[in-house]
Amino acid sequence: MTQITEAMVRDVVKEILAQVVASGAVAAPASASAPAADVKEMTLREVGEAKKGTSTKEVVIALAPAFGDKLKKRTITGIPHSAVLRELMAGIEEEGMTARVIRVSHTSDVAFAGKRGAELSGSGIAIGIQSRGTTVIHQRDLFPLQNIELFPQAPVLTLETYRNIGRNAARYGKGDSPAPVAQINDQMARPKYQAIAAVFHIRETEFVNPDKKPMDLEVRFS
Amino acid sequence: MAKRQKRFEVLDAREVNKDGFVTEWPEVGLIAMGSPNDPRPSVKVENGVITEMDGRKRSEFDFNELFIANYSINKDLAEQMMALSSVEIARKIVDINCPRAEVVKVFSGLTPAKIAEVMDHLNPVEMMMGMQKMRARRTPSIQAHVTNVQDNPVLLAADAAEATLYGFDEIETTVAVFNYGPFNALALLVGGQTGRPGVLSQDALEEATELQLGLRGLTAYAETVSVYGTEKVFVDGDDTPWSKAFLASAYASRGLKMRFTSGTGSEVQMAYAEGKSMLYLEIKCIMLTKGAGVQGLQNGSISCIGVPGGVPGGIRAVIAENLVTTCLDLEVASGNDQTFSHSPFRRTARLMGQFLPGTDFIFSGYSATPNSDNVFAGSNFDTDDYDDYLLLQRDLKVDGGLRPVREDAVIAIRNKASKAIQAVFEELGLPRITDEEVEAATYAHDSTDMPARDKVQDTKAAQDMLKRGITGTDVVKALAKRGYTDVAQAVLNIQKQRVSGDYLHTSAILDKDFNVLAAVNDLNDYQGPGTGYRLQGARWAEIANIRNAMRPEDI
Repeated sequence: MTQITEAMVRDVVKEILAQVVASGAVAAPASASAPAADVKEMTLREVGEAKKGTSTKEVVIALAPAFGDKLKKRTITGIPHSAVLRELMAGIEEEGMTARVIRVSHTSDVAFAGKRGAELSGSGIAIGIQSRGTTVIHQRDLFPLQNIELFPQAPVLTLETYRNIGRNAARYGKGDSPAPVAQINDQMARPKYQAIAAVFHIRETEFVNPDKKPMDLEVRFS
Repeated sequence: MAKRQKRFEVLDAREVNKDGFVTEWPEVGLIAMGSPNDPRPSVKVENGVITEMDGRKRSEFDFNELFIANYSINKDLAEQMMALSSVEIARKIVDINCPRAEVVKVFSGLTPAKIAEVMDHLNPVEMMMGMQKMRARRTPSIQAHVTNVQDNPVLLAADAAEATLYGFDEIETTVAVFNYGPFNALALLVGGQTGRPGVLSQDALEEATELQLGLRGLTAYAETVSVYGTEKVFVDGDDTPWSKAFLASAYASRGLKMRFTSGTGSEVQMAYAEGKSMLYLEIKCIMLTKGAGVQGLQNGSISCIGVPGGVPGGIRAVIAENLVTTCLDLEVASGNDQTFSHSPFRRTARLMGQFLPGTDFIFSGYSATPNSDNVFAGSNFDTDDYDDYLLLQRDLKVDGGLRPVREDAVIAIRNKASKAIQAVFEELGLPRITDEEVEAATYAHDSTDMPARDKVQDTKAAQDMLKRGITGTDVVKALAKRGYTDVAQAVLNIQKQRVSGDYLHTSAILDKDFNVLAAVNDLNDYQGPGTGYRLQGARWAEIANIRNAMRPEDI
């Protein structure tokens, strides 16, 4: 009997996805920006301390200390951070809102990063994201450990999920009540990834600087 | 390797090799027990004040250590008990001639490092011997998770009812979407009391909301109050031991049962283990719980099980943390509540440390829905494993807390609970539950069998329910008005518990007549063969009588 290995399943999924993209079944991004699949690299440059935004059209993306330019620059399942960030931004822009990316250095906790971002966000909405890929949509008025939507299982998050997270964050920013982003619930992600996720988080936390204020980032994709 | 050896190819494809393992990394605390950075035990008491603990002067204590030194250790006994050798204390735990009360007395005077050292003398069988004697309630019990990824309230009510039929004494829910919180609490309250009057239900949410639902009588207890073994992780959680103790007293002041939650691996998972072993830090959590005056603790790694599960000796450390909880005279809800392994062998072996000796709650909880609907990210066992679990009980003559059920009884109770929640929704002016949904919930395996609901409307109504100040008494009125008198009476009796307060005693559960079974009137008196809890009589007959055994007259 043929053993179906995980590698085989991955290959099949990849093939199907490629066909779906080729057949144009995936809606083209509404914004003029490049689709994430084309993004190879990005550069992040700090451009000054992040202040409270005044535009109600802005949604903040708060990056945890190592996201994007440290360690392996990939999530726990190997998705490049550049592609993840591009999808989040594209999702926000699709809804007619503006993405503002900041670096949070004082914490590597996704809830606190998201909460800080929301406090600085003109719309009061922010997305917090860790290097391993764990993501939250946060709102200014909530307690730190509350959230609007939490995506605690990084291993099941795909680029499509990140696009939808960006989109929903923007909708909350506009005062809408969108249906929550559909999530896959993979109950076996824990045994496969948890110990590895711990090591991931320890390594990110090594970049925490409790005294450093959040900084605005200039993002360039290449 | 260009050419693979065929046996290794087969091994690589086995379930166990889908699990993730890591090597020890003691410098950051990625080690189960006995980190080289764990302190050596010591204590100094001067004028009734602990001035030194585990090699640190009082002025060097972090806030956890200060709290433990002030509130968790019996200062009159500390120096005397610390003078006992660790191996001598370990033997007292195993020795059937040493009564439970004596071990409790010894542990009341020990420091965290001393307790860690004692545990390191025990192998898993000795730890199980200890658990059999040290758990507070004589009768073992079990808790269930009742959730679904759609937060479907009808399905939650039906699943809650079915769970109680199987014998769970506590049922716990949580949300996929935060704003569904009040609905999920309501569904478990109504479904649970429909299935078996006296079952205790809770809704694990952000702490302020969880407390609010308790105060409104929509839940009967709380568990998701987390404590951590290092100061930094506590601060990351926006808390201190004092704030947690304050929250605990808020529950107590309104007569609500509650326990804390902690578990090995959480500190290293949050990257602030300070190089200490998982068990040493967990012992601090258990002692914080004791010091806060809380009656019990959920531990056994809980949501971090993949971390001890990924390092050498991790599951032994998990058995040890449950045991320490009982030695400190606390109720233990002993984990087994999270997906732990792809391998059925590892899953079962991990369970045995609690299943064989029995604990206050062997699971906290067992997934009373298929794991695909478990919003706690899955449990060690789920509904599809019911018959396996029932056979483990029957094979070994062990009371794991469940009982065989009949299909027609399950259909009947699921239907009744679905109709009851339908009636309550209508009476309280909540979004309509259709007859089609009642029918689907009655026969469902999981939430994919349910018609979709309007979630925007549901979540708005759930939040509005809080704004309108709906309480448990409104639920009683709604049920009574629609003729569900028995369920109304049960929900009312649950409300009465917080006035009498009897279920605030250690390890309390309620029977179907709302009698409290706790460490006061059902104290564990195990002292070897012929003592303690014995599975016999009607209860054994019930467990033995599985639905799929052939009788002579069937041939």
